[in-house]
Amino acid sequence: MDILINIVTSFIAAAGFGIIFNAPREALWKCGAVGMMGWMAYFILTLQGIGEVPATVAAAFMIAVISQVFSRVYKAPIIIYIVSGIIPLVPGGTAYNAMRSFVTNDYSEALAFAAKAFMISGSIAMGIVLSEVISQIMKQSRLKRIG
Amino acid sequence: MEIEDMEQYLEEQYDIMDVCLLAGKIMLESGAETYRVEDTMMRIAKNYGIKESHSYVTPTGIMFSIETEEPTKTKLIRISDRTTDLKKVMLVNSTSRRIANGELDVPQAYRILKRIYKDDETYSLKTRIAAAAISSGCFLMMFQGSWADFIPAIIIGGLGFASVVYVHDLVLIKFFSEFMAALVIGLLAAGAVATGLGQELDKIIIGSVMPLVPGLLITNAVRDLIAGHFISGLSKGAEAFLTAFAIGSGIAVVVTML
Repeated sequence: MDILINIVTSFIAAAGFGIIFNAPREALWKCGAVGMMGWMAYFILTLQGIGEVPATVAAAFMIAVISQVFSRVYKAPIIIYIVSGIIPLVPGGTAYNAMRSFVTNDYSEALAFAAKAFMISGSIAMGIVLSEVISQIMKQSRLKRIG
Repeated sequence: MEIEDMEQYLEEQYDIMDVCLLAGKIMLESGAETYRVEDTMMRIAKNYGIKESHSYVTPTGIMFSIETEEPTKTKLIRISDRTTDLKKVMLVNSTSRRIANGELDVPQAYRILKRIYKDDETYSLKTRIAAAAISSGCFLMMFQGSWADFIPAIIIGGLGFASVVYVHDLVLIKFFSEFMAALVIGLLAAGAVATGLGQELDKIIIGSVMPLVPGLLITNAVRDLIAGHFISGLSKGAEAFLTAFAIGSGIAVVVTML
């Protein structure tokens, strides 16, 4: 039941972000699909007891790969699909906890949360970089085959 | 006759340049990555037969020069207003593809780009506020909130997004409008919990704040840094950090008061 709720809400949330960013109408369901698959990767991995940082890397990687595929197939800039997918992974909750601990003078707790938020942001970047690397390797090998 | 030819040639150079700059301007103002802007402008120039062109794009301005038989021509345009309109990025991208296929000559391309530039946003403000509201509710559920807080998160998230838009119309300082929106969200969430309409303050705030999160900036900053555009990447990263800081301090004010 929990998984079903997450599937539906992540799809709607990512498509909603498509609307906020003025994505083309026909791209909205793709934004939703990218966001849903990325979030499900993150959700299922964390449910299996895998840490938030590796789960975020995996989810960001998955989002970037699916967006690459969509951008090739539909001949549209990758940024349209990738943005809505990334949003749910942004460590809003962790950053909030960090800020809350800072305000209540609980500095050691705050630093721990801040470090975690920083690590998660870094892993989003890591996931995007990884997919970029793979797409470039694929491009090069295809060029070699033709040439 | 020869002079006439020359004049026509000169005129055309300017037109190609205008097409490139307009395409770059639309893309940059609509939230495309910096390297994509440079790439598109140079591709258009190349497809119109310019052998060499150079572009230098930062988030706040475009410098573009094309080299012909004539002395090199360079133009600089200032970008002061940046919004997010992914549809325009896609339209310019497909126009550039059509130019590459040789479907459009210079005046046609310029007219099409001009139309894209003047195009209204795809969705009305009301639709976007509604989308932000529903997204907030969905984020609450994704972050393991309870159904009791679903409706409060929808209302508060929508009002928060609306206030960032309206405050930005009044005061043209992004930092301030984000701070005010976060403050509104925090106060409303605290009010909802105090009156018993909501249950978990943290979850409601986190869900409602999500539409303000600088997701596009973070993604673009990373992608620009990968592509080697360090100035753009760092300045977009700084902008994202400022936004996050504004949201954080807005919420912090409310948390301190509790």
